[in-house]
Formats: sequence, structure tokens, C-alpha cells
Amino acid sequence: MNALLYGAHGLDSDVLLQLFLHFGMLSLLAIGGAITTAPDMQRYVVGEHGWLSDAQFTSSVAIAQAAPGPNVLFVAVVGWNIAGLAGVAATLAGSLLPSAVLALSATRFGDARRNSRGMRAFTAGLAPLTLGLLLATGWILTEPVRHSLGAMLLVPFTVLTMLKTRISPIWLVAVGALFGALSLAG
Amino acid sequence: MPEPEALRRPGSAGEIFRVFNRLALQGFGGVLAVAQRELVERQRWMTPAQFLELLSLGQVLPGPNIVNMALMIGDRFLGWRGAVAALGGLMCVPLLIVLLLAVLYRETMHQPMVAGALRGMGAVAAGLVIATALKLVGSLRSNPMGWKLCGLVALLTFGAIGLLRWPMVGVVLGLGSVAVLTAWVRIGR
Repeated sequence: MNALLYGAHGLDSDVLLQLFLHFGMLSLLAIGGAITTAPDMQRYVVGEHGWLSDAQFTSSVAIAQAAPGPNVLFVAVVGWNIAGLAGVAATLAGSLLPSAVLALSATRFGDARRNSRGMRAFTAGLAPLTLGLLLATGWILTEPVRHSLGAMLLVPFTVLTMLKTRISPIWLVAVGALFGALSLAG
Repeated sequence: MPEPEALRRPGSAGEIFRVFNRLALQGFGGVLAVAQRELVERQRWMTPAQFLELLSLGQVLPGPNIVNMALMIGDRFLGWRGAVAALGGLMCVPLLIVLLLAVLYRETMHQPMVAGALRGMGAVAAGLVIATALKLVGSLRSNPMGWKLCGLVALLTFGAIGLLRWPMVGVVLGLGSVAVLTAWVRIGR
């Protein structure tokens, strides 16, 4: 029961608070969507604290991609794997609360100034940064499979299919699962 | 494309919850395309132009784009009750599903087929994110910083975060403010 509530590491409330604060800070930096915070989350939970392995982190993202719903739910799986339901509460509340408050209060402010020089400079300046963050995220997600030629061929296959066709991503996720289950991605 | 007078408003927080729940459950690998279809075409809560406007606002604001959009839409129709209903509809059932999958995974991860499937799906997830990035490259052509400078900023960001693994807070605040300042100067010219 305790493992269900608090997960494998038995983290105390101090650590959960840290987790909440770090995910909250990342959410406020997430200008290109939730997934662009994945590199720093990975650095924090895998590199700095060792709560998860590389493979656990990437599979958390993959599980969330395989399920319906907003991409941001991957933080719930990361939280679950670190500290059970308490971890889900910490990571999800961190990822949603600060940015939700900001979104609601900033809507009118931004609405009135959409065409101002300041707003335009803000969007234009951050656009290439967002792009770089997305590329970094894609690169870091390949970390656990870089030794496998089969899996690394899946990456350009996915990219090309997404760019050249209008196939729904769910089919590609299914192809990836099948490909891996036949142990071609080991 | 619906005329503005043909637009309708959701009658209750319950209706907002149901609509966002339905669109979230259809969204595999991202909800945006489904959101456009449901909110603009089926429910007629907004015109395509209004949808685009909300989307770009949701993208400028930090945090998950689609969550920001849901909050703004709910808030616009029914105030904070609408915002809570939209967020709840978007998150509640998908959260249960994803946690169920995570539990199932923990029970079965030692089976080589499951571990292999997840590795394959991880590689596809990486490809999906990279494809999203590449689809956005074209939009940098109209960026006031010019595409060369944009490319440099994107590469520096990739190098700092993806290769050197520097903490994101410093990179976004440091490189971000230089880029925004550059854009500010270029727009003024």
C-alpha cells in the first residue's frame, strides 16, 4: 500500500515539495509546450537525483504518448514512477498550477497588446528557441536506444512519415510497439 | 466555416466538461487537431480565426499549450467554473488511463516483449517530436530576426540543452532574452 502511495524510493514531504517546485519552475519555462521541458526533467530526475533510469524516463514518455489525452500527462507517469500517487500529485500540480494561474491572468494583458512591438519581439525571439528545445527533446528521447540500429532507424522513418503523409501518429506508435515487441529494437 | 451568428455557447459547466473529455479521449499523440475539429466544426463554439488566435496565445504563454487553451476557452464562456470544467474534462479520464497503463507496465516490464515494445514506442516518440520541430522550421522565414540568426539560436539551444545538458532555466532566460532583444531591435528598424 505504501509503495502505491509513495512509490519505490519512500520520498518524504521535503523531497515531494522540491519535485513540485522544480516541475512548477519548468512549467513556467515551457514556451513550446510541456514536452520541451523533458530534457531538463530528465537531467533532474535521472542525472541529478537518480530516481529513474534513462530507460524508465523514456518509457514514461512513451506510455503517455500511447494513451489518449494531452502530452503533458507524461509528467504524471514520471511522478508515478518516482513516488507513487504522491509523486503524481507533486509533478502534475507543479506542471499545471503556476502556468494555469499565469495563463488566466495574462490572457487579457496579451489580448490587448497582441500587435505591440513588445509582444511581437517576445514571440519572434522565442520561436527559434522553441525549435531548438524540441530538437533537444527528440535527441534525448533516443538516449536508451542509441545502441540499437533497428530502433535508430525507426526515428528517421517516423520523421519522414510525419512530414510526407497525413497518417495519424497512433499508427506510428503501433508500428513502433510491434517492431519492438518482435525484438527488432533491442 | 460557420458564420459568427451561427456560433453557439455551451450552456453549462457540465457541457464544457463533456466536450473537452471527448476531444481528449480522441487525441492520440496530441490533442490539437482533434480540438480544432470538435470546438470549431462540431460544437461551433468559435470561428477558425478565433481558434487560431487562442492557439497562438496558448503557445506564447508558458505551460502546456492545450491546457492553456482549455482554460482560456472555459474562462471566456463561464468564468472560473468554466475553466475548471474544461481542465477537468481534458485531464481526468486520460489521467486514469495513463496511470493504469503505467501500472500494467510495471507488472509486465520484465517480459522482453513488453520492454521491446516500449523501446520501439520510445524511438517513435522521439521521431514525432523531431518531426514537429521540422514542421515549424518554415515559419521562421517570416521571423523578423532573419532565418540565419534564427537557425543559430535554434542550434545553440539544441547544443546547450541536448548535448551539453545545461539546466534549462539559464538557457531560456539567458539566450531567450538576447533573442527577444535582437527581435525588438530588428522590428524597430
